[in-house]
Amino acid sequence: MDFLRPATWAEALAAKAADPTAVPIQGGTDVMVEINFDVRRPPALLDLTAIGELGDWELTADGLLRVGAGVPYARIITELGDRLPGLAQASRTVGSPQIRNRGTVGGNLGAASPAGDAHPPLLACDAVIEAESAARGTRMIPATGFYLGVKRNALEPDELIRAVHLRPATGPQYFSKVGTRNAMVIAVCSFALALHPGERRLGAAVGSAAPTPLRARAAEEFAAREFDWSGATALDPALLARFGELAAEAASPIDDVRGTAAYRRHAIAVLARRTLTWAWNDYRGKAAA
Amino acid sequence: MTAFEVNGRKVDLEVDPRESLLAVLQDRLHLYGTKKGCDHGQCGACTVHLDGRRVVSCLTLASQVEGREVRTIEGVAGEDGTLHPLQRAFIDNDAMQCGYCTPGQIMSGLACIAEGHTGDDDEIREYMSGNLCRCGAYVGIVAAIRQVAGPAEA
Amino acid sequence: MTQTARGTGSDLGVGAGVPRPDGLLKVTGEFAYSSDLYLADMLWGATLRSPHPSAWIRAVDVGPALAMPGVHAVLTHEDVPGERFYGLEHKDQPVLAIDQVRYQGEPVAIVAADHPETARRAADAIVVTYEPREAVTDPRRALFDPGCPKVGPEGNLVRHQPVRVGTVPPTAEVVVTGEYEVGMQDQAFLGPESGLAVPAEDGGVELFVATQWLHVDQDQIAPCLGLPKDKVRLALAGVGGAFGAREDLSMQVHACMLALRTGRPVKFVYGREESFFGHVHRHPARMRYEHGATREGRLVYVKAEIVLDGGAYRSSSPAVVGNAASLGVGPYEVDNIHIDAYGAYTNNPPCGAMRGFGAVQACYAYESQMDRLAEACGLDPVEIRVRNAVSQGSRMATGQVIDSPAPLAGMLRELAAMPLPGSSCSPDLRALPGGVAQTTHGEGVRRGVGYGVGIKNICFSEGFDDYSTARVRVELLGDEPHILVHTAAAEVGQGLVTVQAQIARTELAELADLGAARVTVAPADTSVGSAGSSSASRQSYVTGGAVRAACVAVRERLAALRAEHPGLGPAELLRAHGPVEETREYRHRPTHPMDPLTGQGDSHVQLALCVHRAVVDVDVDLGLVKVVELAAVQDVGKILNPPALEGQIHGGSAQGLGLALMEEIQVRDGRVLNPSFTDYLIPTILDMPPMRLSILENPDPAAPYGLRGAGEPPTLSSTPAIAAAVRAASGLALPRVPIRPQDIALAPAAPAR
Repeated sequence: MDFLRPATWAEALAAKAADPTAVPIQGGTDVMVEINFDVRRPPALLDLTAIGELGDWELTADGLLRVGAGVPYARIITELGDRLPGLAQASRTVGSPQIRNRGTVGGNLGAASPAGDAHPPLLACDAVIEAESAARGTRMIPATGFYLGVKRNALEPDELIRAVHLRPATGPQYFSKVGTRNAMVIAVCSFALALHPGERRLGAAVGSAAPTPLRARAAEEFAAREFDWSGATALDPALLARFGELAAEAASPIDDVRGTAAYRRHAIAVLARRTLTWAWNDYRGKAAA
Repeated sequence: MTAFEVNGRKVDLEVDPRESLLAVLQDRLHLYGTKKGCDHGQCGACTVHLDGRRVVSCLTLASQVEGREVRTIEGVAGEDGTLHPLQRAFIDNDAMQCGYCTPGQIMSGLACIAEGHTGDDDEIREYMSGNLCRCGAYVGIVAAIRQVAGPAEA
Repeated sequence: MTQTARGTGSDLGVGAGVPRPDGLLKVTGEFAYSSDLYLADMLWGATLRSPHPSAWIRAVDVGPALAMPGVHAVLTHEDVPGERFYGLEHKDQPVLAIDQVRYQGEPVAIVAADHPETARRAADAIVVTYEPREAVTDPRRALFDPGCPKVGPEGNLVRHQPVRVGTVPPTAEVVVTGEYEVGMQDQAFLGPESGLAVPAEDGGVELFVATQWLHVDQDQIAPCLGLPKDKVRLALAGVGGAFGAREDLSMQVHACMLALRTGRPVKFVYGREESFFGHVHRHPARMRYEHGATREGRLVYVKAEIVLDGGAYRSSSPAVVGNAASLGVGPYEVDNIHIDAYGAYTNNPPCGAMRGFGAVQACYAYESQMDRLAEACGLDPVEIRVRNAVSQGSRMATGQVIDSPAPLAGMLRELAAMPLPGSSCSPDLRALPGGVAQTTHGEGVRRGVGYGVGIKNICFSEGFDDYSTARVRVELLGDEPHILVHTAAAEVGQGLVTVQAQIARTELAELADLGAARVTVAPADTSVGSAGSSSASRQSYVTGGAVRAACVAVRERLAALRAEHPGLGPAELLRAHGPVEETREYRHRPTHPMDPLTGQGDSHVQLALCVHRAVVDVDVDLGLVKVVELAAVQDVGKILNPPALEGQIHGGSAQGLGLALMEEIQVRDGRVLNPSFTDYLIPTILDMPPMRLSILENPDPAAPYGLRGAGEPPTLSSTPAIAAAVRAASGLALPRVPIRPQDIALAPAAPAR
């Protein structure tokens, strides 16, 4: 097996073009599990950690945060927690402090595991993935179109993830994840919510309850249509309940060792109601102030 | 060849591209203080510091540590064998039984203190939750870290 | 590892909080665990295991493995030099599968190669032709359906132990019934099975291994190798946790076979996944209970059927069944008892020893019943237990009279009087169910308090010849008197090495008080007599007793010498006379088998009590639980070492918490679904609450220093206490542990009770 360690992004793209089967590796927290268990014997590993700019984030001219694929979760929590609260909350639940020092959103996207914690907030916040290839240059892929199946994503074989683009929060955001232990646990299911009051809508996404993470479209549309976006009133319990139901209906969970399909559906409804309550209370508090 | 530093010593090795840092520490450098507990990043027994930050060495590719500094449990006590205060505190608080998780707990505990995550005991617990102890010496582990970090914030 | 510490008798003797002498090596990473052993010319072993829970083996082709470069040996059952079966109580387990496999993960062939990965790949290259057959996976069917295929040699019954006391009336004023289930728990020690076998010049072998009982390993290994016992020498390597899982053999015979065949040292280290297949687990249990009582809550009768799934091989199942039967009503006075405890063979993973050993399962069920009874009688859960509590002089279900202090009622009252933690209006996510995964800000969270009582037999029961051996030597090293304690007892983290040295200091205080005495506890090995197992909470009692006896013998020799040479101090005496050495075996009082029809008999050496109170916050909508506090009262007779003892109570409580809320090996159709730490969850530091302890010292006059074994009782009582607290918070029946989130969140709206 080859180990490729490009020093620059251009070299990395060239290497990926030359050998599209090369598996990119960032912190290694996903790839190494498969290597240790011999689930996967990639012909080549493409180590991206020597490319300094992947570990940077910046505010772009159009007001978006461009977070490099190599920024570890620990830094998202400390450096971007105020502007990307949903993603930061999810980051705080990833694995352990040790994993969060190595693991990256880029790696989570590359692995595209349905249980990846970063996915629901990316979906709820309308994140866009910046992919790039030597042959075709940059391609912007909305998170919504990125997850194609269990551990399958929309990247072409010669593409690498350069960064994720997210708008700094314009309203309250929450991430919530069920696990059978109070720390260091893989999601049984998860839910992310982001209010976008300027657009009188919200983003809602479900994790670990379908072959891919996904947006709860019907719940989002219901909220845009039915809620009083002036922020003047509390949410009617019936609206909350319906929102929860619609969120749960978005899922297509299975029974597995971590939980049953019925439980996941139930839990997503609970998480949707709770996160919406928290977000709406924050929003009303702000609207009133 | 992969060149890096372990506990201040320069190391230059031919490593297999699939080899983990843990495997290199144990099988090549015979530094067995770093423990293998799960191969999965789910127990923390293999915790080491990489450029001063704690990582699990089972999920760190050896080839990736080129040019970087690794610190293991063997590099915590002084050259003359003087224990680090946290090592002392683990003994004082009987924060171990079988001791298999202890090197990882200490490496993680050092980082927990350095990161400033010791404001109260629940904060210590959150930031030590990546290190399992099956003997259940958790009460002593919190006490040991508290002893070194100083009193909890009011 | 030689453990040496210095100091005088009084401050380092029995009862003092002496720090563990192995602590220094453990905090510096220098403590050599069995997985850390290394010889320059060693080979690596690997095991090929059955993918099927039940199958005939039609052919095994080792050719492709042998052909691989770097492979030195590939062995099957045909290569076993001696007896082809081993076992703790009964030799029914093949060293390597012969014509069939009876559980998923059963070893079929072994490989030695010059690199661990080569060994693994070679094992994978072995071609085994299986003919899968129906797997027996339901223990009730295995036992009671005559048409069920037979897994064991004589059928599917490992042991049936009835208990018959008095006459169970058809009814009572108050009757409560329940069916309970306990899932399969794993010991999940962090240091996986490992060891190093080194061929010896005399044709024998030396094995450095992490085990709980060197001599029982030796007794099983030597016949399989076709060697006399003195040619199979074992030394204890560092043990990365045990909890029962190292009582049975794992890689021992395999490593020795490969070492003898290749003439090279052979090391085995299991990975985490393999470890889940490499040792026995806690028996899953299905239990039916019926309790009859007066309106005042006095027990009239208990009827119970306890079915324990032993899996494919016998291991220690018979003793586990015996414990479940003899302790099946718990520490309560009952005049009429009808218990049937069964152990079954199935094609599920083999089960055997785990901390608590048969008593854990029954305790969960009878304590759940006591809570139901309390509710039916309109009594407080503490009060119903107090009304029925045993005390010194009470008769157990076996008819055995508890002949040392058993102040259960007082322990319960003390526990109930402990202050309760404050309510959780904390905004801190870490204090809430779900933690920082932020599943609640307080919504759906209800507080519950529950109690649990456990009684555990200490030492080996039912007539087992249970003893330990200690050799104590006093000599001058330089000009200083030096005490060397040598036993074969396995230090598995419990602090036994510390306690042995403390006992030597106390018993040989006249030397120690000279201020110069060094006490060394020699590494455990088979060059001294058996110490018995580091299990059944027995080592402080039995090996502690042996060390004390040997020290007393040395002391008497020194006194005799002093009488012969009046005026000489200890150092001068030793100089004049040379070393003084004595070896003693210590046996606890004899026990007796349970009557096979009535279960009667003085089967236990000693009984130990622990009571727990659990305070939990339950998110009843999501079924997530935060244990807020555990409080415990335990009577240990005599505290030998306070921090080590507290550690045992903390650790036992943590494992009981795991069983209550998260730990289960999930088995479907005989196959393990979650053999990893990603999906077999054990408590993290954030799951383990602060503990409030009260430790009592009511001595047992029959035991050394009056001590009572302490490691297991807290593992019993914490589980039902937590389950009861979750029930109190949720209002649900919850007849199964571990309690899964869906058991709470998706429970039918009307509670089952």
